[in-house]
Amino acid sequence: MSGQLLQQLVDGVLIGLVYSLVAIGLTLIWGVMNIVNFAHGDFLMVGMFASFWLYTLFHIDPLFSIPICFFGMFLLGMGIYRFIVRKVMKGPLLAQMVVTFGMSIFICNLAVYLWTPDFRLLPPTILQGTWQFRGIYFSIPKVVASAGSVIASGCVLLFLKKTNMGRAILATEMDRDAAVLMGINTDRINGLSFGIGAALVGVAGAFLSTYYYIYPQVGGLFGTIAFCVVALGGFGSVEGALIAGIFVGLAQTLGGFFFDPAYKYAIVFSIYLITIWIKPKGLLGW
Amino acid sequence: MRKVSTGQFIAGVTVLLLLIVFPFFVHHPIHLHVVILVLMFGMLGTAWNIIGGYAGMYSFGQVAFFGLGAYTSSYLSVNFGLNPWIGLLAGGCVAAAVAAAIGYPCSNLRGHYFSIATIAFAEIVRIVFNNWKRVGAAEGLTLPMDKPSFSHFLFNDSKQPYYYIILAFFLISLVVCYFVATSKMGYYFRAIKESHRVAEVMGVNVVLYRLIAVMISAFLCAMAGTFYAQYVLYIDPDSVMLLPFSVQIVLISMLGGAGSILGPAIGAAILIPASEYTRIALGAKGNGVDMLVYGFLIVVISMFYPEGVWSLISRIGRKKTRTSLHAADKAEAASAQR
Repeated sequence: MSGQLLQQLVDGVLIGLVYSLVAIGLTLIWGVMNIVNFAHGDFLMVGMFASFWLYTLFHIDPLFSIPICFFGMFLLGMGIYRFIVRKVMKGPLLAQMVVTFGMSIFICNLAVYLWTPDFRLLPPTILQGTWQFRGIYFSIPKVVASAGSVIASGCVLLFLKKTNMGRAILATEMDRDAAVLMGINTDRINGLSFGIGAALVGVAGAFLSTYYYIYPQVGGLFGTIAFCVVALGGFGSVEGALIAGIFVGLAQTLGGFFFDPAYKYAIVFSIYLITIWIKPKGLLGW
Repeated sequence: MRKVSTGQFIAGVTVLLLLIVFPFFVHHPIHLHVVILVLMFGMLGTAWNIIGGYAGMYSFGQVAFFGLGAYTSSYLSVNFGLNPWIGLLAGGCVAAAVAAAIGYPCSNLRGHYFSIATIAFAEIVRIVFNNWKRVGAAEGLTLPMDKPSFSHFLFNDSKQPYYYIILAFFLISLVVCYFVATSKMGYYFRAIKESHRVAEVMGVNVVLYRLIAVMISAFLCAMAGTFYAQYVLYIDPDSVMLLPFSVQIVLISMLGGAGSILGPAIGAAILIPASEYTRIALGAKGNGVDMLVYGFLIVVISMFYPEGVWSLISRIGRKKTRTSLHAADKAEAASAQR
């Protein structure tokens, strides 16, 4: 019993860290531009498929395709910002929400059209097998993905806090008008944060592709969870997203363990609703 | 709220008459089906408009109330043989009660936070119905097909009766929306939309009026849900509780123009035929092309018509009234001079 419980705790933290990485990209976009990117889950799907095809066609291991995913998704994000999102930024809030929904439907069905709705799985890559420690199993791809998430999140935090560009992003997030007065080109910052957001979720996709099913609709689930993680962690807070991701991962596995695995996502969403009822701006929101 | 002018009145009556005689000229089931869907989504959009367009709460979870309405009447009808017309009211009451129960804790959420909470809520409802054995879990419910008559809300020989029923429902929802928009409550809703804090300072009970808006909207959505169940005679969580359905409701309202009484109906009249006929033309292969076009359409619409079609129509109308006002001013000035 206690061994099983410990196993669930470990699994919860491992999946939670991946949720964190997906959510950090979202929270950055949300925080800087005050836009909820409903296509975020589909960016994840694009990252997973990119990593899948790089392996299938060019035999590049997912671990090495991470930089390709990062830069490819960065460019895709920048492009989407420049040609679509920027146009609706001036429009009403509703149009901003709906445009990203439209992108989500478009990207998802483009994948269905190009690659059929089949479920795919990568053959064992250089990351495989499990590692046992006192009766608890650690799946190596999952451990690597979580470690990668932690490293990527750390890099994002360092970038935001230590570099001028990162500080400019944070400044824009805090007060757009003041940032403009300080000579920050907020339009460029918007594009940059959209690009970084997409790039981070691309990295998460590359990690996930080592052990998760790859199919066009995979983004829906991860996207919805990422919204909860972001709202739970608080508006635009990277640290909040990190903590909330682990929290959601634990809620999912422990909820499945104590109640019924079929209801695990319902439990996650319920816990989320209860939390924002008590703290409407999320755990670390301001 | 502006008084309805004679021209608008005539236009409205003409459209209504056209809608009433429509089934006498069009018999093809596909076209009739599309118009039934237009009216159903028009009704759902109008229901959404009350909370989204007037009270400023962008809910993406209305499909949950639609589903609750469909499930309540169907469950009662399948298991207890309850008349669907009573089930309709029961479904509305269940949806309104659930809306109140979920709306109260959400009453301090604003903007995106509210929208995401509604998504989470709708997903919870879907997952629960997907696993709940008593309501058929993922298999859904199949409604009995005996005793076709108006009193049993069941017709098997033609779509016409369904057409008139949904037309009546749609008109009811428009009337409700009109009363909400023109009453004192409508002004409270708009005040809440502009600023919660100012509304509260002016003495509007924000929590109460938000709850009222959510409950009215949920009741109307549930009515549409019962209609859908009686029309299709088969429901499962994936057909009546899926998130894209909610998005479509929001999209219709946005395209038509949220915050105007007729906006969502116009949105439905544009978008539903567009998406249905692309589906009929391209969807048969199941390769996602129809949805591809649909997604593209959404992006284009929200990029170029973010205020909705109604704003274009009313802008033309307003220009006209402004020139006539201008003329009146001039006449007055002339008479003063004399």
